[in-house]
Amino acid sequence: MRIRVAPYLLIGLVGATIYFFFPAQLPLASRIATLAIFVMSLDLIVGHGGLATLGHSALYGTGAYTAGLLALHSSSNPLLGLLAGGAAGATVAALSGLFVLRYQGLTFLMLTIAVGQIIQNLASKFRAWTGGDDGLSGFTTGKILGLATFDLQGRVAFLYCTGVLLICLWMMRRLMGSTFGLACIGIHQNRLRMAALGTEIQPKLLTLYCLSGWFAGIAGALSAQVNQIVGLDTLGFELSAEALVMLVLGGAGSLFGAIAGTALFTTIHHVASNIDPYHWLFVIGAMLVCGVLIPRERWGVLMRARA
Amino acid sequence: MTLLANILIDGIAYGMVLFIISVGLSVTLGLMRFVNLAHGAFAMTGGYLASWFIRAQDWPFAFGAVGAVVLTGLLGMAIEALVLRRLYRMPELQQVLFTIGLSFLFVASANLLAGPEVQLIPLPPWLKDPIDLGIRTLPAQRLLVVLTGLLVMMISVLIMKYSRFGIWLRATVDNTQAASALGIPVEWVYALTFGAGAALAGLGGILGAELLPLEPYYPIKYLVLVLVVVAVGGMGSVAGSMLAALVLGTIDTASKYLASDWGSLFYFLVMALLLAWRPQGLLSPGRT
Amino acid sequence: MNAAVPQSGSAVPSGALVPDPVLEIRRLGKSFGGLQVTRDISLTLNAGERLGLIGPNGAGKTTLINLITGVLMPDTGTVYLNAVNLNGLSQPQRVKRGLARTFQITQLAPKITTLLQVEMAIHERNGSIGNLWRSVDAYPEVREEAMGILEMLRIESLAQRPPITLAYGEQRLVEIALAIALRPRVLLLDEPMAGVPEPERHIVLNALDRLPPELAILMIEHDMDLIFNFAHRIIVLAEGALLADGAPKQIRNHPAVRIAYLGLGSDPDQPMIAAELDPH
Repeated sequence: MRIRVAPYLLIGLVGATIYFFFPAQLPLASRIATLAIFVMSLDLIVGHGGLATLGHSALYGTGAYTAGLLALHSSSNPLLGLLAGGAAGATVAALSGLFVLRYQGLTFLMLTIAVGQIIQNLASKFRAWTGGDDGLSGFTTGKILGLATFDLQGRVAFLYCTGVLLICLWMMRRLMGSTFGLACIGIHQNRLRMAALGTEIQPKLLTLYCLSGWFAGIAGALSAQVNQIVGLDTLGFELSAEALVMLVLGGAGSLFGAIAGTALFTTIHHVASNIDPYHWLFVIGAMLVCGVLIPRERWGVLMRARA
Repeated sequence: MTLLANILIDGIAYGMVLFIISVGLSVTLGLMRFVNLAHGAFAMTGGYLASWFIRAQDWPFAFGAVGAVVLTGLLGMAIEALVLRRLYRMPELQQVLFTIGLSFLFVASANLLAGPEVQLIPLPPWLKDPIDLGIRTLPAQRLLVVLTGLLVMMISVLIMKYSRFGIWLRATVDNTQAASALGIPVEWVYALTFGAGAALAGLGGILGAELLPLEPYYPIKYLVLVLVVVAVGGMGSVAGSMLAALVLGTIDTASKYLASDWGSLFYFLVMALLLAWRPQGLLSPGRT
Repeated sequence: MNAAVPQSGSAVPSGALVPDPVLEIRRLGKSFGGLQVTRDISLTLNAGERLGLIGPNGAGKTTLINLITGVLMPDTGTVYLNAVNLNGLSQPQRVKRGLARTFQITQLAPKITTLLQVEMAIHERNGSIGNLWRSVDAYPEVREEAMGILEMLRIESLAQRPPITLAYGEQRLVEIALAIALRPRVLLLDEPMAGVPEPERHIVLNALDRLPPELAILMIEHDMDLIFNFAHRIIVLAEGALLADGAPKQIRNHPAVRIAYLGLGSDPDQPMIAAELDPH
């Protein structure tokens, strides 16, 4: 992949605009940044690896609970929390991947749902650890890099989230731009061809899944640290499904699309929910329906017709 | 002993409801190869319509139920003919996305038209009374559900195997162009099959209203349950859906009775093991 | 000789074959249900040798290739590559030991550019495919080698184009480029001319001419012109069994072969094949 500086600058520009001119939206922007990391991690396995999963929140939630538990019982160092969350996500991905990656298509999809639901039910059962329906709370997040703690307006949280987003974006772009990334894309497009080149497919997919779990776990840890509470919904099917929709809205396969899709979906959800909690479903539903029915070429015509 | 009997009865009833709702999806997914994640929306539609007919319009239960089922079937046919037809050739992901969007629209519409509250379907006295079977008494509603499930399965299998429509359906699915060249009205076959699946889903929604409450998020909330039955049973296999629905329904009910703080963990654990053992489904009909 | 294609120890000019068996198949058998698709097949392929495999449709030619490459597991018999028993080895493991193939229906990653795909093959061969961090653009030696292979096949102009934008004949060439990039000892070509439209045939023919001479090649084809010009030796398969094995002239006059081909009336290639086999 070519080095593209423009997207980083764009994110920086948008971030700066929000920071200086729309400070009331900082919490929303932090949420978008956190979710964007999660959706990018989904892009690795869906957009690059070609494996549609509806159980990705299991990795996100695991990271969230890990970071929360670490802060509660041991250390509130945020960077340590991120690393712990990432490691937890990668570990769960490795263990479940050994099982689910042997399958493809609908079977794989259903198994990822099953794993996700099993983990969510486990978290609910062991409420002594996780707080169950009430959620895990009572922990605080320490100073970021020893410099600043979260302020009430959410400025520090926003800078923290955006910083982590940019670093994760860079790392993921590098990973997918390597020969490993190329092989994964090849596996996505034609497994038979890759086998004929001598590629060991299962180990590559497992590695990709673990990397995806690593970043999903970091996203979860970030959300735990910023919100200072972790609920069972971080492990839920709804989150997995919404993440897939966000990815598809923005376009899978480039990582930038994941960020755009997350921003679009979350903003619509936020704006529409203020009117009625169900209205965002109209907008997103219509977008999905029209997006599929109207082929790409006609979008271009429509855009030009408006101009 | 009574506990076991209760688990079995409730489990089988629950399984039957799942079967009736899911059989349409199994057929469209397995035979028509169309991924319709909005299937639950038809179950919701059937339930909502029945609730409106019976409660707001004061129709007798049987009329309301039948009317709702027929209307849902017609709605399914209309959607298939007007919209879904264009999606058959598209890649699976597109079908998934479209039908997710469609179910979002259903959810939002349900809220717009009827509000966020649960829609209740009042049972008539003849369904509320217990029926004495000799060995024990059963609520009539449970008996109705089980009988309906068995009837649906018998009729589906009979139609698919022995009727002309069944032959048309299999021919159309195997090779649409050839079937059309032979004079089979393929468009009608698709529309009727889809409509029948939608109608059955609606029936399941009505019968299962107690177990699966009718509220706007219904299509999304119960999507997973339906997909599980279809995947484990084998896409396209009516008998497979029945088997999967009964097994999984009983396990879920048992775990609710016996180990409720584990939630639906055992349901998904069994499901994962069954799928891992038979990735094509328990009774897949032998197609690739 | 193009510098990008390495000289191996046993460069063999065609016509003067030094027996150096790279592929040995002993009594290979396979059945599906009750149907025996491969019967007791034994053959040897030497370095630098070009073996043509012909036979009517349904004779089991592609099945044989699938058995050699590991797509299918045999019921009986063994395959030896450079004296290594391949039984139990997976497809990728066999590729790593020096076996490469092309497909009857072209199999390429549709949206990855030609150059990158060839580079990918080289990375697989090198072992650098597992690197998580270094960008694909940061391997100048690999890029140079890949361009060299494309130039040898005269398709360097297709370097930045993905297969989805290429003509069928050009896609075939990319497949051949990938096979060459793996530097195999044995190359299996499954009907390289299949599906290639008439105007593009010469592209593929020229590419076949440029294959490294020390490579051992087994080619399945229906195009008799091509086979009889290309192969040093021809084997004939019918109903899963080896019917004949010899030089092109011998095969042309072999009575059992003529019957096997002439006996099947439904094959549309029949008239052509009969005419080809008939020396007059």
